[in-house]
Amino acid sequence: MQHDDVIWDVIGNRAFCSFKVKTKVQNFCRNEYNITGLCNRSSCPLANSQYATIREEKGQCFLYMKVIERAAFPARMWEKVKLSKNYEKALEQIDQNLIYWPRFIRHKCKQRFTKITQYLIRIRKLTLKRQRKLVPLSRKVEAREKRKEEKALIAAQLDNAIEKELLERLKQGTYGDIYNFPIHAFDKALEHQDEESETDSEEEEDDEDVGKKEFVAEDEIEESDLSDFEDMDNLKAGSDEHEESSEEDESEEEMEEEPEASGSKGKMPLKGAVFRKKRAYVEIEYEQEMEPVPKSKAT
Amino acid sequence: YTKLSTCTVGGGIMIEKTEPEHVDAPAEFSFPPTFSVSEIKNKQRRHLMFMKLKQEKRKQKVAMKKKKKKERDALGDKAPPKEVPKTIENQRVYDETTVNPEDEEVAFDEGTDEFSAYFNRLTNPKVLITTSDRPRGRTVRFCNQLATVIPDAHVYYRRGLALKKVIPQCIARGFTYLMVINEDRKVPNGMVLCHLPDGPTAHFKVSSVRLRKEMKRRGKDPTEHSPEVILNNFTTRLGHSMGRLFAALFPHDPQFVGRQVATFHNQRDFIFFRFHRYIFKNEKRVGIQELGPRFTLKLRSLQKGTFDSKFGEYEWVLKRHENDVCRRRFNL
Repeated sequence: MQHDDVIWDVIGNRAFCSFKVKTKVQNFCRNEYNITGLCNRSSCPLANSQYATIREEKGQCFLYMKVIERAAFPARMWEKVKLSKNYEKALEQIDQNLIYWPRFIRHKCKQRFTKITQYLIRIRKLTLKRQRKLVPLSRKVEAREKRKEEKALIAAQLDNAIEKELLERLKQGTYGDIYNFPIHAFDKALEHQDEESETDSEEEEDDEDVGKKEFVAEDEIEESDLSDFEDMDNLKAGSDEHEESSEEDESEEEMEEEPEASGSKGKMPLKGAVFRKKRAYVEIEYEQEMEPVPKSKAT
Repeated sequence: YTKLSTCTVGGGIMIEKTEPEHVDAPAEFSFPPTFSVSEIKNKQRRHLMFMKLKQEKRKQKVAMKKKKKKERDALGDKAPPKEVPKTIENQRVYDETTVNPEDEEVAFDEGTDEFSAYFNRLTNPKVLITTSDRPRGRTVRFCNQLATVIPDAHVYYRRGLALKKVIPQCIARGFTYLMVINEDRKVPNGMVLCHLPDGPTAHFKVSSVRLRKEMKRRGKDPTEHSPEVILNNFTTRLGHSMGRLFAALFPHDPQFVGRQVATFHNQRDFIFFRFHRYIFKNEKRVGIQELGPRFTLKLRSLQKGTFDSKFGEYEWVLKRHENDVCRRRFNL
């Protein structure tokens, strides 16, 4: 026989109920068929032979009913009714099925059903929004990558690379006329060229000047030509010796040249023009500054 | 030593054989051919023998080096040139997608790809920088510093918006780039760089972020001048497209007055970003001073079209097992 009061007396008050969760303020019931979730005389599914609940499976709501007639058949105890997806219709269904049932159970069923539909709506809304995907990081892999990065950084030699690139760009002239260095670069490049061509030019000069007739225009300043001839003579004397000693001679000649150069004012602005004609001569002037050092070393 | 020999267990005859040799001539060793140090059972002795073995090897190595040096000096000018040491860059597995500068196909591709608009000077870059949800202070500061480095960059707070909805709005307002810095545990760790009018989307892993105040010997804040861009070591086809991606972030004409340079240097698939101010001391020397944030990027995936992680078409995805096979294989 089903004595609800006795059952409640035992499990609710005196002895142990495995579904009961006790907290300081309240008692909860963990039974899956419980309608409110609290441990009460009217909410306990074990202590009420006539009972109903709403439960949800995969977005579908069902009404479960238990009557005393089926108390002896545990397998068939709960009657399951599928509720319609329409909220109002479902409420009507609940009313129809639970007609003549106690007010408490009817009310609580409807309340539970409302809450369930609300959270189902929320689930559907959230799935449409951005889903956050958690990607697991493997510790070993991360440590390996970190080490690789450090080694790559060392191998990269960033500062050197950047400096090299910037100097390359400067040489190629991407900066245009902003910096004044290009002149020096130009001169140095020409110095290199002239060191190579000096030996050539020495040989050529002998042949050229002997046979050729040069037609000099009136515009061209003759002073430079005259001084060039003087230099040529001096050079011829020096060309027999070694390069170094020839340079020394030339430097002595340059000492003579310089006052001439400074004297003839017309020469200075023509450096460019003279440059192109007889490159070697102007270049020698630069070398002069470097000469005193080896001299001192020898002594 | 004799005491030890009686105490040792196992190894037996072998140890006793080497024993007297040990005592007689400690400098010279002649082990029986099948002997190895690991066969000695006694740990102390094994250790001792191993140390001695190592010393021997080291001595031999030093002797070899000396000999070589002597030979080299003796030969003088005729000595063979010094061998170049092997580095990972030297030994890099040849990548068939390496771009040849005169390759016509590549040039044609680049003339018609999504960046051609930029490189033909039809558009000016305009960058939108944002973060993932609820960024922490470090990420926010990083975004702000990035915005000073990249001219015409705007930082916007994310507020939980979906990227797919943000992108049409950006296009409508004329942005060319969308940069999203992803944050994890209060530190930026990912970046999505999306070229806007239906351009490619690149997803990077960000590491080693240094903010401006953490830099040693840094200079003053960057000015508003457009920086120059240096792109190093982008050799393969993928690297090329990456290079163009980065180049299109900055305006075409750098203002040399500002003397600022932004560098993207690729080394072993890691892209190092640096921002410097330079000054030419003379035509052979330049001084650089680092300002601005620095970080490293590693490309994780390149997707055609704007950001769409579900249905997008991926041109390239980082697969760890491909690169784990060979240490000298790189993609960029």
